[in-house]
Amino acid sequence: MLLDTKTASSATARVPELVANLEKAARFVRQHSIASIYHAGSGHPGGALSCADILACLYGAELNLWPSDVNDPTRDRFVLSKGHAAPALYAVAAHYGFCSPQDALSLRKLNSPFQGHPHVCDLPWAETSTGSLGQGFSVALGMALGLKMKASKARVYTLLGDGEMQEGEVWEAAMCAAHHKLDNLCVLIDYNKLQSDDLNDNIMRLEPLAAKWRAFEWAVAEIDGHSLRGILSGLRSASVTQGRPSVLICHTTKGKGVPYMEGKPQWHGSVKLTREQAEEALKALAASADEIKDFLDVR
Amino acid sequence: MSAEAPTLIGTSGDSLREAFGKALAGLASEFPKVVVLDADIAGGTGVHHFRKSNPERFLQFGIAEQNMMAAAGGIAAVGYIPVVTTFAVFCLRAIEQARLSLAYAKRNAKIVASHPGLDVGPDGGSAQALEDLAAFRAIPGMTVISPADPIEAALATRAILEFQGPVYMRTGRSPSKRVYGESHTFEIGKGHIVRDGSDVTIVACGVEVARAIEAAEKLAEESISTRVVNMATIKPIDSALLVRCAAETGAIVTAEDHNIHGGLGGAVAEALAATHPCPIEFVGVKDTFGASGEPEELAHHFGISAPFIADAAKRAIARKRT
Repeated sequence: MLLDTKTASSATARVPELVANLEKAARFVRQHSIASIYHAGSGHPGGALSCADILACLYGAELNLWPSDVNDPTRDRFVLSKGHAAPALYAVAAHYGFCSPQDALSLRKLNSPFQGHPHVCDLPWAETSTGSLGQGFSVALGMALGLKMKASKARVYTLLGDGEMQEGEVWEAAMCAAHHKLDNLCVLIDYNKLQSDDLNDNIMRLEPLAAKWRAFEWAVAEIDGHSLRGILSGLRSASVTQGRPSVLICHTTKGKGVPYMEGKPQWHGSVKLTREQAEEALKALAASADEIKDFLDVR
Repeated sequence: MSAEAPTLIGTSGDSLREAFGKALAGLASEFPKVVVLDADIAGGTGVHHFRKSNPERFLQFGIAEQNMMAAAGGIAAVGYIPVVTTFAVFCLRAIEQARLSLAYAKRNAKIVASHPGLDVGPDGGSAQALEDLAAFRAIPGMTVISPADPIEAALATRAILEFQGPVYMRTGRSPSKRVYGESHTFEIGKGHIVRDGSDVTIVACGVEVARAIEAAEKLAEESISTRVVNMATIKPIDSALLVRCAAETGAIVTAEDHNIHGGLGGAVAEALAATHPCPIEFVGVKDTFGASGEPEELAHHFGISAPFIADAAKRAIARKRT
C-alpha cells in the first residue's frame, strides 16, 4: 500500500527497506493486539499473533487500498474470514492509518466500532462482517465474481484459519472459485496447527491440505507465514497466476512472538490477560518500558 | 439412437414462481445491476427465463446454497443487486449466511424462495418449508414478503428490486388461483383489503388468501360478514391496518401455509396484543411436518383449507365480548 511493490523494477531496489518497514508493522500489530485484548478483558491472542506478518505484508505491500478513500471502487479488497483475529486487523489498520491506534484499543467495549469480530457497518474498511467461519471466504468470492463481471483489475484477498477448513462452506467456495476461474482471488491460510480446543490433528485432521486444494484446481504454494520475503514472494506469484485462484498455505506458530503463548491452544481465546501477562508479552515483543506504559495505561 | 426426452412432471403453469421468473426477465434491462444466483434449480424457481434472456448476468453456484447466500453479500458489496434463488427449505439451510453476510452487513440483496409450504405437494415433508417465515422474520432488518397470486408476485418482484435492503420473498410451486386483476397495485408494508366485511377479519398471505376468500363466501351464506386482508408483507407488518380491522370487526383469524408458530399469526398477534387485543384464531400447520400429497389434499389434511378458515372465523366471533 505505502510502497508500490507491483511496479517490479523499482520494488527490487527497495526490498530491504520494505522488509524493515513490514517488520516494524508486524511488531506493532502484535503489540497492539496484546494491548487491546488486555484492555478488553477478553479476545483471541493466539490467532492474532500468528497472522501478524501476513497482515503486515498485505497492508504494507500488496493491497491497493488507501485510508483516504476506503470506498474507491477500484480498490483491492481484504476480508478477514477468521474474524476472531479482529485485534490484528484493527492493529494493522491503525498502523496504516485507517483508524487511530488509540481508538482501536476500545476493542470489545460498548459503543466502540471495534467489536469482537469485524462489522462492516461500523468499520467500512473491514469490507464485510465476519466471525462465522467460512462466510468471509464466500463473500470474498462474491466480490471477486462481481469485480470480474465489471472487468475491474482489483484483486480480492481473504485470510482463513486452519480450523476454518473444517467448515463445509469452505469447500463449496473452493469448488466454485475454481469453476469460475477467479484468478483475481487469493486465499491465505494461517496454518498454525491449533484450533480452539486442541491441535487440528486431534480435533479433525486437515492433511493432506495442499493436496486437497490442488485437487480443487487451485494454484497452491506453501510458505513460511513468518517470513516476510516468503509472503511477499507468494503474493507476487498469486498476482500473476492466470485462469485459476491462488491459495497460500502459510505455516505459522500460534501465539508467535510471545513465548508463553507459542504453540499452546489455551491461548486461542477468548482469554483475559492479567497486567503481568500483558507486560511480559509486550516485553517479549520488544516494546520499550515507555511503550508498554503507553499501551497499558490508557484510560 | 437416444431415447426421447422425458416429459417433466409438475409444470409450473400459472404459478407464482413462473410469474416471478417472467417478471424478473422482463425487468432485466430496467435494472441493469440485477444479477441472478442459482443453485442448479433454475427450472424450478423460474429464473430459467432470466438465464435465457441475460446469460451474462446469471451466476451458477451448483448445489451449494451456503456459499451462494454468502457470496451474494460480496456481489452486493461491489455494486450489484443479487437475487438469490432456491427452494424455501434450502434458504433455511443457508439462513445463517443470510443473517451475517446479508442482513447484518446491510446488503441490498434479495432472496426469492420457491416451493414454500404444503403447496410443494408430492415431494413431501422434507421439501415443504413450514418454518421460513418465522425464521427470516426473526432476522433484524429483513423484509419478508409472501404474495397472494401470480399478478401480485410479478408486482412484488418489481417492488423488491426498487427497495433498498435485504428481502426474503416466497413464491409458490403449484398453479395458483387468481386473486387480482391486472389493475392491482402492490406496496411493501401495506396490507390490502380484498373483500370488506364487519363481523370478522381473515388476515392471510400466499395461497391462503384465495382460500380465505372462499371461506368468506361460505360464511356469507350463513349471514356472516367477513373482511379478508391480504397481508403480503409479513415484515414490516401493516400494524395500522390490523388495528383498524380489530377495532372495526372485533375478531381476527390468521391463515398461512406455514407452522402456526412464529409466522403471519405470530406477527399479527404481536401487533395487536399491546394496544388492541381481540380474539384471534390461528389457521396454519399445527407444529408438525408436512407429507406427500396434492396441495389441495394436503390443505384439507392439515387443516388449512377454506372450511377450516370458516370454522376458525366462527370461533373467533363466538369469543367476542358483547
